[in-house]
Amino acid sequence: MSDLTGPAPVPALGGAAFDGYVRIAEAPQGAMFTLRGDLSSAALKTAATKLAAVDMPEQGRVALNGERALAWMSPDELLLLAPWAEHASVVAQLDAALDDPALNWVDVSQARARFAISGPDGLVREVAAKLAPVDFSPSAFTPGSFRRSRIGQVAGAFWCPGPGRIEVVCFRSVAEYVFTLLRDAARPGSEVRLYA
Amino acid sequence: MSSRLARGGRLIDRGATRTFTFNGRAMKGLEGDTLASALLANDQVMMGRSFKYHRPRGVVASGAEEPNALMGIGTDGHFEPNQRATTQELFDGLTAESQNHWPSLEFDVGAVNAKLSRFFPAGFYYKTFLWPRSFWEKVYEPIVRQAAGLGKAPKDRDADTYEHLYAFADVLVIGGGVAGLTAAVEAGRSGAKVLVLEQTGHWGGRAPVDGGEIGGVGAQAHVDALVAELESLPNVTLRLRCMGAGVYDHGYVLGYERLTDHLSDKSGPRHRLWRIRAAQVITATGAIERPLSFAGNDIPGVMLASAVRDYLVNYGVAPGDRVAVVTNNDDAYRTAFAMKEAGLDVAVILDAREAGGGALAIAAREAGIRVEPGRAVAKVLGSKRVTGVEICAQAGSGSVIETIPCDVVAMSGGWSPVVHLWSHCGGKLVWDTERAMFRPDADRAPTGHDGKGFVRCAGTANGALLLSETLQDAAAQGAAAARAAGFEATASGLPEVDEVAEIPPAAVWLMPAGASYDKRAKTWLDFQNDVKVSDIQLAAQEGYESVEHAKRYTTLGMATDQGKLSNINGLAVLSDALNEAIPQVGTTTFRPPYTPISMGAIAGQGRGETFQPLRRTPIHAWHEAHGVQWEPVGHWRRPYAFPKAGESTHDAVNREITTVREKVGLLDASTLGKLIVKGPDAGRFLDMLYTNMMSTLKPGRCRYGLMCNENGFLIDDGVVARIDENTFLCHTTTGGADTIHAHMEEWLQTEWWDMKVHVANVTEQYGQIGVVGPMARQLLEVLGTPEISKEELPFMAWADRTVGGIPCRIYRISFSGELSYELSVPAGQALALWEALMEAGHGLGVAPYGTEALHVLRAEKGFIMIGDETDGTVTPQDLNMHWAISKKKEDYLGKRGQMRSHLSSPDRWKLVGLLTEDGTVLEDGAYILDAGENDRGQRNMQGRITSTYYSPTLCRGIAMALLKHGPERMGETVQVTKLGAGPVLAKVVDPVFYDKDGEKQDV
Repeated sequence: MSDLTGPAPVPALGGAAFDGYVRIAEAPQGAMFTLRGDLSSAALKTAATKLAAVDMPEQGRVALNGERALAWMSPDELLLLAPWAEHASVVAQLDAALDDPALNWVDVSQARARFAISGPDGLVREVAAKLAPVDFSPSAFTPGSFRRSRIGQVAGAFWCPGPGRIEVVCFRSVAEYVFTLLRDAARPGSEVRLYA
Repeated sequence: MSSRLARGGRLIDRGATRTFTFNGRAMKGLEGDTLASALLANDQVMMGRSFKYHRPRGVVASGAEEPNALMGIGTDGHFEPNQRATTQELFDGLTAESQNHWPSLEFDVGAVNAKLSRFFPAGFYYKTFLWPRSFWEKVYEPIVRQAAGLGKAPKDRDADTYEHLYAFADVLVIGGGVAGLTAAVEAGRSGAKVLVLEQTGHWGGRAPVDGGEIGGVGAQAHVDALVAELESLPNVTLRLRCMGAGVYDHGYVLGYERLTDHLSDKSGPRHRLWRIRAAQVITATGAIERPLSFAGNDIPGVMLASAVRDYLVNYGVAPGDRVAVVTNNDDAYRTAFAMKEAGLDVAVILDAREAGGGALAIAAREAGIRVEPGRAVAKVLGSKRVTGVEICAQAGSGSVIETIPCDVVAMSGGWSPVVHLWSHCGGKLVWDTERAMFRPDADRAPTGHDGKGFVRCAGTANGALLLSETLQDAAAQGAAAARAAGFEATASGLPEVDEVAEIPPAAVWLMPAGASYDKRAKTWLDFQNDVKVSDIQLAAQEGYESVEHAKRYTTLGMATDQGKLSNINGLAVLSDALNEAIPQVGTTTFRPPYTPISMGAIAGQGRGETFQPLRRTPIHAWHEAHGVQWEPVGHWRRPYAFPKAGESTHDAVNREITTVREKVGLLDASTLGKLIVKGPDAGRFLDMLYTNMMSTLKPGRCRYGLMCNENGFLIDDGVVARIDENTFLCHTTTGGADTIHAHMEEWLQTEWWDMKVHVANVTEQYGQIGVVGPMARQLLEVLGTPEISKEELPFMAWADRTVGGIPCRIYRISFSGELSYELSVPAGQALALWEALMEAGHGLGVAPYGTEALHVLRAEKGFIMIGDETDGTVTPQDLNMHWAISKKKEDYLGKRGQMRSHLSSPDRWKLVGLLTEDGTVLEDGAYILDAGENDRGQRNMQGRITSTYYSPTLCRGIAMALLKHGPERMGETVQVTKLGAGPVLAKVVDPVFYDKDGEKQDV
């Protein structure tokens, strides 16, 4: 359905936010694509790195360039992020670049909800650590780290664009569940100061 | 009496008074008190009643091992039963109530049980309530339940919040005593990431109470220096009030942090459960003093010698004015010195060892304390409070030599290392005869993924008794753990330790050694569960020789304290009764948690709003705003029906069905699974997954397909659309979205890894809206949708079209038998499309419809539903769907299974329709009766109802059923069961009740 455009899509929670001891905010609609195939194939690598304007990420990493990003998802899967304004153009370029039927992509822009946890670095990390079995310590979860894990009882992924910020992505249908978990974890009075 | 001393108390702040209530009575304590020390300061020695005999009980210990002083703490939504007064820190406004008594602590009717104790021997509940059998449920059980149990269950919903935290460490140190801190410093200096957990609110453990000089300063000053160094290390995290609760495989450890239990201000999370992964674990959990077994050892005022010391030194509280110390070791002499130091009386030290004690005994004599070697307690005098002890020789049967008045008995039966955490994950123990203790066997540690030990014990927990021994061991273990975690560490030199030498304890398991039955029947092992020496001996006599059997028969160690004081004493008594050595009898199994942890902490965030994830479609909010009645479908909520004001659900469903049959209805079908299968081998792959042929489908067309598992049973169905040469979109059932995705991935990853196919689950990328009914095309035309005529977009085709300015992919598929368009739209535009359709359809009488209408509509058409007509044991052939099974294909998943004799038997129950003779609706799940009975005397059955509804279209009940030889029996009348009534007569008919030729959907 590469040619679908139409009215501006509404994010799952319409841009919900909560100011606790860190800030939890739903990200605005972005473009997001799943790329599948042999990650060593030139066509896939070239298309992915060109569209995100980054180098190929290593396992467990995301390569970031402003609103664009390319994340390693599995030995045969990448996640490509781009600004919503470029959605149609990315779609067209993917269609053109990945003509080998063994290389595949799907648009998952609206299948997901995205949240940012932002605030003092140590506190941002501990809020994430309340919900996912991931080592979010500054030495382990460095800028550019990307982890697929779970958030409470649902699947989710985390990445660290830089100090004081962790991004979370989950499925759209559970956006409210994940937002509620993040909100409750960020309530003032529940600070752990594990990384402070 | 017990009272607050004029001076002393290292943990209290005499300037900060705290008020609290005990059984409704207002009392005063001090900041730094525990509830137990504050109660003792108020001369409240009796703190509860025992479980079985309702005997008066006082506090025995000063820490986590306390069996008696259990309280209900808090009120209403903050109430929690069975909390130990010894670990509950005092705060302003604390409310506590003692347990296990009626009407009051002082006068308890249940104490009559004690008079009847000969009727309650070990295992009495196995013996007493057997006859008559019918009395158990109605008479005995309610009485036993009323009498048993400790605290009251909370009546209100828990008002507190809880959370989890995932933490990671190279070296996790459990226990913040002098050993834990020493080990942590060694590991911390290596650069390893160290996490130190201490269950109490203070660092240092027992060392500041028990004395000794380290490096020329007192124990407290040494502890302060260790803590200061650890605080200065950025790689070390220290947590007080955080108990190591359990050690599990792969270095997984639970920490239980109590955040507000010690505060008046209950805001914020109450408990935090730390879910820790550690490369190496050090348990520096110290040791627990054992009680001695003598008659009347449960009378309030009989306490552990170490606890008496703790109350004096830590809280400036005297448990009594005059103490009798009874011991089998040197350490207990320290209690006598502490009493003297506080200006209190020491009546006598009874040392069960024939030769008496070592240096400390000499010092005691020099201090003018009466020391009696080879002596024992024959019996404690008093009932609600100790009034004295009768003393006797340890060697004899207990002839009383002398009666000594006192109001406290400080007992010490030696020390048992806290090996619980070591043992949780498989660490083994050795019996140390000289020290009379089980201690960790370092050669048989809990092992990790590499077969190497990942847990070490340090200090007293490892069997060390002297301070110097403790420090040396702790430093070595700390360095070794750091090395095992991949860091360079060498234990630093031991500071000089000034301590008194001690001589070994004697193993004293019964006092006096030849105590008579009368004495043994008043000698408690397990205070909380009321298990006596005589009970264990009876269990042994009755053949319960295994320690695990004896435990369960007598309930020894099965209370909330899990036998922290009683287990070793109990198994020593058992080994004596069996005439076997202690290590041969062994211990019972140590299981997590170390002390009970709250259910709230376990649940963490999994309660209230976030108890379970709730999945919402993009149109969820609209449904909610329009009076939806929800149906849970997995984690989704789907509209069941949309009743209007004053309309019953049944009427709403009938109205929705009629709307679809006569006008046009809208269905939110967003939950249906949508899997994109893409790649050069996609067609071949789908041919293997579906029973019918998918590779021959033309791009732009749709085909209904069935999916079976390897056994040949139907697992999912749905419409497959071919998008282009290499791409298919497979619709699954709502419940199948994730499982069928996983099913496909499994086959691709394990068996058909050479197929060039990728599967992507795009279920949530799209909202899907069914526009269904004879006016469906008209509605889409109102919104200006082009090219949707029968010719341009025929039945079972799909096309991309713009509907009301919103680009959609439209599938012409029907699950209702009516003209139907399913509109797929990116999720973020689904609500806009739904609203546009509702508005445009107003003049046509459009209405949303829910899952119940959907079900009736499909049943009228005889369409099967996965989960109704199937239950995991039904094949497509059972459902007469041979048409959906390809004869041309060489293979597909399930083909072999379906060839097995039972699955291909002509006698299987097969799908038919049923119409009751009187038009009523059959019961869901009802059976179709057959003649005769089976060999168990049950009525024979020949089929069952799979779907049954009232059809507003046919104005009568309709049903689908699986019936033996069903399709051959059209027109026959069968008997269908009905609960509480005779069978209902129904005629076997074709399961397609409506529009048999399918003309309405193909217009």
